[in-house]
Amino acid sequence: MTALSSRETSPRYKSNTALGIVGQLVRAREFFLISLIVVIAVALHLKTGHFITERNLTAIALGFSPLAFMAVGMTAALVCGGFDLSVGSVFALGGVVTAVALRDDMFGPALPIGLAILAGVLAGVLAGMANGLLITKVHINPFITTLGMMSIARGAGYAITEGSPIARLPREFFKLGQGEVLGVSNLIILALVVMAIGDILMRRSAWFRQIYYVGGNEDAARLSGINVALVKMGVFTLSGMLAALAGVLSVSRFTVADPGSGMGYELQVIAACIIGGASLNGGKGTVFGALLGLVFVGFINNGMVQLRVPVYWQNLAMGVILLVAVGSDMLSQRLQARPRARKTEESAAPGEPAA
Amino acid sequence: MSLLLQASGITKLFPGTLALDNVQLDVARGEIHAVVGENGAGKSTLMKILAGVHTADSGQIIFDGEPIAPSSPRDALERGIAIVYQELSLVPPLTVAENIYPGRLPTGPLGFVRYGQLFRQAEEVLRSLDLNVDPRALVSELSIAKQQLVEIAKALSFDTKLLILDEPTSALTEREVEILFSLLRRLAQQGVGILYISHKLDEIFKLSDRVTVLRDGKYVGTVKTAEVRADDIIRMMVGRELGHMFPEKSRVEKQPLLEVRNLRLPGQTAANSFTLHAGEVIGFAGLIGSGRTELARAIFGADGVESGEILLNGQPVTIGSPQEAIRHQIGYLPEDRKAAGLFLDMSVKLNIESANRAAVTSGPYISPRKERALAEQYIEQLNINTSGVEQEVRRLSGGNQQKTLVAKWLAIQPKVFIVDEPTRGVDVGAKSEIHHLLRRLADAGVAVMMISSELPEILGMSDRVLVMHEGAIVAELAAEAASEEIIMQYASGQQPALAR
Repeated sequence: MTALSSRETSPRYKSNTALGIVGQLVRAREFFLISLIVVIAVALHLKTGHFITERNLTAIALGFSPLAFMAVGMTAALVCGGFDLSVGSVFALGGVVTAVALRDDMFGPALPIGLAILAGVLAGVLAGMANGLLITKVHINPFITTLGMMSIARGAGYAITEGSPIARLPREFFKLGQGEVLGVSNLIILALVVMAIGDILMRRSAWFRQIYYVGGNEDAARLSGINVALVKMGVFTLSGMLAALAGVLSVSRFTVADPGSGMGYELQVIAACIIGGASLNGGKGTVFGALLGLVFVGFINNGMVQLRVPVYWQNLAMGVILLVAVGSDMLSQRLQARPRARKTEESAAPGEPAA
Repeated sequence: MSLLLQASGITKLFPGTLALDNVQLDVARGEIHAVVGENGAGKSTLMKILAGVHTADSGQIIFDGEPIAPSSPRDALERGIAIVYQELSLVPPLTVAENIYPGRLPTGPLGFVRYGQLFRQAEEVLRSLDLNVDPRALVSELSIAKQQLVEIAKALSFDTKLLILDEPTSALTEREVEILFSLLRRLAQQGVGILYISHKLDEIFKLSDRVTVLRDGKYVGTVKTAEVRADDIIRMMVGRELGHMFPEKSRVEKQPLLEVRNLRLPGQTAANSFTLHAGEVIGFAGLIGSGRTELARAIFGADGVESGEILLNGQPVTIGSPQEAIRHQIGYLPEDRKAAGLFLDMSVKLNIESANRAAVTSGPYISPRKERALAEQYIEQLNINTSGVEQEVRRLSGGNQQKTLVAKWLAIQPKVFIVDEPTRGVDVGAKSEIHHLLRRLADAGVAVMMISSELPEILGMSDRVLVMHEGAIVAELAAEAASEEIIMQYASGQQPALAR
């Protein structure tokens, strides 16, 4: 019997090694991305003369730190087979809620700073839980659910503030977003810490590993004893929470809560995650990849500013980058799927005569 | 009766299988002709050739006096051959009339549908069939039986001379079956030839004039229904030797391990009871759709239960989810390994640890060392042919994929192992390895519940055979008492003569 089965599989073994090499190249995606980032940085530096300077790189990092928080939640959402379009709006809502809580003339007396921050983050948790409930219990797909939440959270922010930004917040609150440790902004440090924790959890935590199974094959995950609904709830709650936290920190940095802030962040974050190797089909993606994707997107954005590309063109470029990233993801899936399609044809044929 | 259809020497080769080998079939005008055979006998392929879905590699079809070779379903329809498939092909949100004339809607000069004319035409067709269905009704509002009748009306809206029905009653109640049968008899009286494919022998005896039997893609014979008994047809359908690929059965004394008492599933009337013993392989036989998978999934907690009780080691347990089943060390290998079993794009390692993730953690964290060790242990034990633990499961052969799936369930160290079609789509070698493995598990004290639609597998592996029919366990047979004939009789709803 052993002889029989090994004879049957030996031709596949050959293709296995060939695929092993391809697999290594795919795994070298991070390497490719790092090289690309270095090339872009050097090219921009040569062109502008001041791209690779501490000041510029710090500015990029500071500007993109809110996106780093969202990228952790978005990676989880993509890995479990969905995505979260509401992060940009929840970002704004989180900031607005905290700001309102800090003011003594809006919706009751001022809360202590800690509680106000908690209130903002809680708003994100609630938005995320609502997303999770609608997706898992009402079975609305993630696209429509989070598109709706995008509008609801944005609308809630505008409704609470009646459309105008909230300023005049306690100075004490700004220490968090404007402070530094050893000359590095608190925001950059926090963003890196959250990403590092997120990366370790996604790689090594038993609970987070379930997200990969759910995204890989939801039915099989359920039959493997995974509580699929709970995992999805957790993922979307996490995404909402991190987006709101980013919004709160942003208000602390800029001293003003603007209900119109964070527009378009969802696109940039999704683009970054996919450039970093997450798949829209679920089951794949790392936080480290998303970080590289963010650096890539950040460099392109900043590069366009440095090169004095009009702001309107920057939006256009972001859209192109997103579509190229998603398009190449789809193409590579199709290429991977090709031998699979042939195989199912083969296996379908003997099944055909079945009555 | 004059001949309507005469097919001879029909041969069809699919890559790797000879689906039809020199098969013949003839149908007279006004005749109801049944075609029977086990799964894989080639019935559906033959019908699809007549209906223009497949083209025969060789052979001749004479229809209505002239040789034809239908090149497409459309071509066959225009010649007067219509087929009604097992699965309904209607569009639920559209009206009955729109479903009867898809792609042939009467239109005005600007391409708009003339609904008045459409409804009149549809009404005529429905009236000619004596069907009490409103052509303006939405298909989604009709019962399954009515939908089936609309499907037939659609087939007959062409000038149909030969109507082919593939298992048309699988979703119908007894009363609905009667309505369908009286329609078919009326059609036959009007001179339409009817080819009727069914697993259900009682229907065939009620309805058909003649029966043609196929087996393994070959023509076995055609008999007049009135001149034979069910036994004769079953013998013609089965008639083959058992292989020698099965391990020896166990002879040990058995203790009850899992007792199922009066388990009733939502929407079903039958309540089933049975007992799995430690050390035993119990075979669940039955036709496709007889409720075996549903029963297995209910025990495993994957689907809900209406009422009933499950006892494990004599203690009542509630199993509300697969998690709980796994906690009780019950494993379930699903019939469709790609859809419900494996994570195809993930590694062999991740697949093997997927049901017992606790085995590879230390605290809340995953230990790469334990992961590798677990995967390597089962790759070795089950002889899985892979380039390594990181190999994507998609790249493995069918047999090695199935072995990976078995490994996943062995990793929970099951006490009860439910396997649903454990060797479907795997090569002969892996098949035998899986059979021996299941027997070794049983010898080590595991209760194995094996669902299979392959009778040789059922007979070769089982210490006891339970037969299901329409959601109910209709027979329990000791291994010595079971034979393909007896199982088929129970599975198709017949009561075998006790004299046998």
